[in-house]
Amino acid sequence: MDFAASFALIAPELLLTGAGLVLLLVAAWGGDKSARPIAIAAAAVLFGAGIMLVPGLHFGVDGPATLAFGGLIKVDSFALFAKALIYLAAIGALMIAHAFFTSAAAGTERVMRAEYPVLILFAALGMSIMVSANDFMTLYLGLELNSLSAYVLAAILRRDTRSGEAGLKYFVLGALASGILLYGMSLLYGFTGGTGFAAVRAGLTGEMGTGALFGVIFVLSGLAFKISAVPFHMWTPDVYEGAPTPVTAFFATAPKVAAVALTARVVFEVFGAQVDAWQQIVMFMALASIIFGALGAIGQENLKRLLAYSSINNVGFILLGLAVANQDGASAMLVYLFIYVAMSLGSFVALLMLRDEDGALFETFADIRGLSVTRPLIAWALLVFMFSLAGIPPLLGFYAKFVIFQATVEAGLVAFGAIAIAASVIGAFYYIKFVKVMFFDEPAGVVTGKSGAAHWVLLALTAAIVSPLGYLLTPSLTDLADKAAASLFFVP
Amino acid sequence: MIQAIAFYFFATIVVASAVMVIMAKNPVHSVLWLIMTFFNAAGLMVLVGAEFIAMLLVIVYVGAVAVLFLFVVMMLDIDFAEMRAGFSRNAPLGLVIAAILLAELLLAVGAYNAGGIQLGSADGSAMQAADTSNIEAIGALLYGRYIVLFEIAGIILLVAMIGAIVLTFQPPKPGARARQDVGKQVRRRPEDATVMKNPEIGQGVEL
Repeated sequence: MDFAASFALIAPELLLTGAGLVLLLVAAWGGDKSARPIAIAAAAVLFGAGIMLVPGLHFGVDGPATLAFGGLIKVDSFALFAKALIYLAAIGALMIAHAFFTSAAAGTERVMRAEYPVLILFAALGMSIMVSANDFMTLYLGLELNSLSAYVLAAILRRDTRSGEAGLKYFVLGALASGILLYGMSLLYGFTGGTGFAAVRAGLTGEMGTGALFGVIFVLSGLAFKISAVPFHMWTPDVYEGAPTPVTAFFATAPKVAAVALTARVVFEVFGAQVDAWQQIVMFMALASIIFGALGAIGQENLKRLLAYSSINNVGFILLGLAVANQDGASAMLVYLFIYVAMSLGSFVALLMLRDEDGALFETFADIRGLSVTRPLIAWALLVFMFSLAGIPPLLGFYAKFVIFQATVEAGLVAFGAIAIAASVIGAFYYIKFVKVMFFDEPAGVVTGKSGAAHWVLLALTAAIVSPLGYLLTPSLTDLADKAAASLFFVP
Repeated sequence: MIQAIAFYFFATIVVASAVMVIMAKNPVHSVLWLIMTFFNAAGLMVLVGAEFIAMLLVIVYVGAVAVLFLFVVMMLDIDFAEMRAGFSRNAPLGLVIAAILLAELLLAVGAYNAGGIQLGSADGSAMQAADTSNIEAIGALLYGRYIVLFEIAGIILLVAMIGAIVLTFQPPKPGARARQDVGKQVRRRPEDATVMKNPEIGQGVEL
């Protein structure tokens, strides 16, 4: 095993680890006063780690040269693509945090904990290990590092009972899901005699026994929990509602990307020889998520709960790309993932910018009535995001759904595509309701509260990506996604 | 021969003390029986030549269970006076258990020196004994091939620690509780703090 080459491959992770440890010391001595400089430093480090990914992303890397530490870690184009998205989403979560935690919205404490950026850094580290896992042990450790940071982040407002409840629920259910995943992995290890993805794949070729099938199902169930796909989605609305809004924005973006990328890698690289075994499971989860995500959102009054159901719905579309089980489907899935991150982050930033004069956040439909009169810019931005999430044509959300449906139809799964399209029409109802409440209802209270430059920059950036301008990005985005998907299907 | 005797001895005690864990009325006794179970399981591990796992069982489980024991004692409403009164009554039982543990220790060392038990494998043939000790083998794997996983596990534990502190630590409010200054306390003289008064009868004092 060549340690120098291995360390060179995981250089971004090493940077994140080192920076996390140093910033932790700064946090320990500086106290909460140093939270803002630490957050800026953490964002800079994430950006730096992202820059390191660029050459590999640009030229596309796959093959044996991407294996580090004797095959425990694999840093191919697919991993790089997912990592770039994760780092960007984490930077977003750092940019919007300070204004929230120091306002009245954060309850009685009104101070940003210095550990928040450090935990975001470690969560990003865990996610980047997840997406470059090439062994079940690496997978599990990355997943736990990410989850453990996420539990703490959900409960970080400890005087707020809702935040504590969210953290506890997430922790208990997450631990259960980890147990299920671990059980599945131990079954696969028992029936194939290896923990490396290549070894398990070799052991799963040919006729598959019942025990190994159980392993496949348990692993998929554990992963489905992490991406909040139906029928393992119950925790999502509660956790999204209770967690502080910047943390919710983080949960809806980066860990989703990581878990979806991980699922894609597991189904293609480990269960690749048993497509029939997993395809119907993933297809069921995809359609069920699309339908339940759409139906569940209809009755919601709380905007964060609504966005939680919206994320379940979107995960369904992402899984649909996965269920196609070919390279085009995987590429479409990555394109969707990128656009989903932009839409999701944008909607949460817009929600964070809506406050009353005391600084408390607006969280229900009743609060945002007539927003087009009181805060026209934010209302228009939200309109762009909601129409894009609904998949209405000139916006980029339409393109995302289009590539997924195209891959589905080309693979001959027309019936499933038709069901998904029908369900997305149901989903359009509540996105359009959002717009109706903002533009056609009588204005409610006074919406004031200044928003920092960071919010405006993020809002403008995500709105620009989602708007028709985003089509300028699609050629290079498609190119990157194709390279990433190709590395997933690389056959030596 | 000695291995077989030791095996049945340990196995019987594991099962018996495991039964006692759930049968004992006093939770403290349950914990003690649990320690007994772990101890004997460790003995079984020594017999099959997995001395590292045996050590882990004793250090981690028995050590951790001792902490658990403390928690049980702290959380439950136990009358310590009554427990102390029962000490002389329970002493014979304690002595018997101590004697059993001592015998087991001797037996285990004897059996270990007499060579490991023959392990069967699925096809009926005996397993090959490794030529390195398993502490060495585990160390070579953990710090060589799986070093990166080992380090990630370290980061996970660090995050767990950060989490526990973030969620529970309350920084003292400034000025709420003055710090104790021992030097100042010692320097303080009686004449600084007390005044002698000789009040008129029925007048009281003005302080």
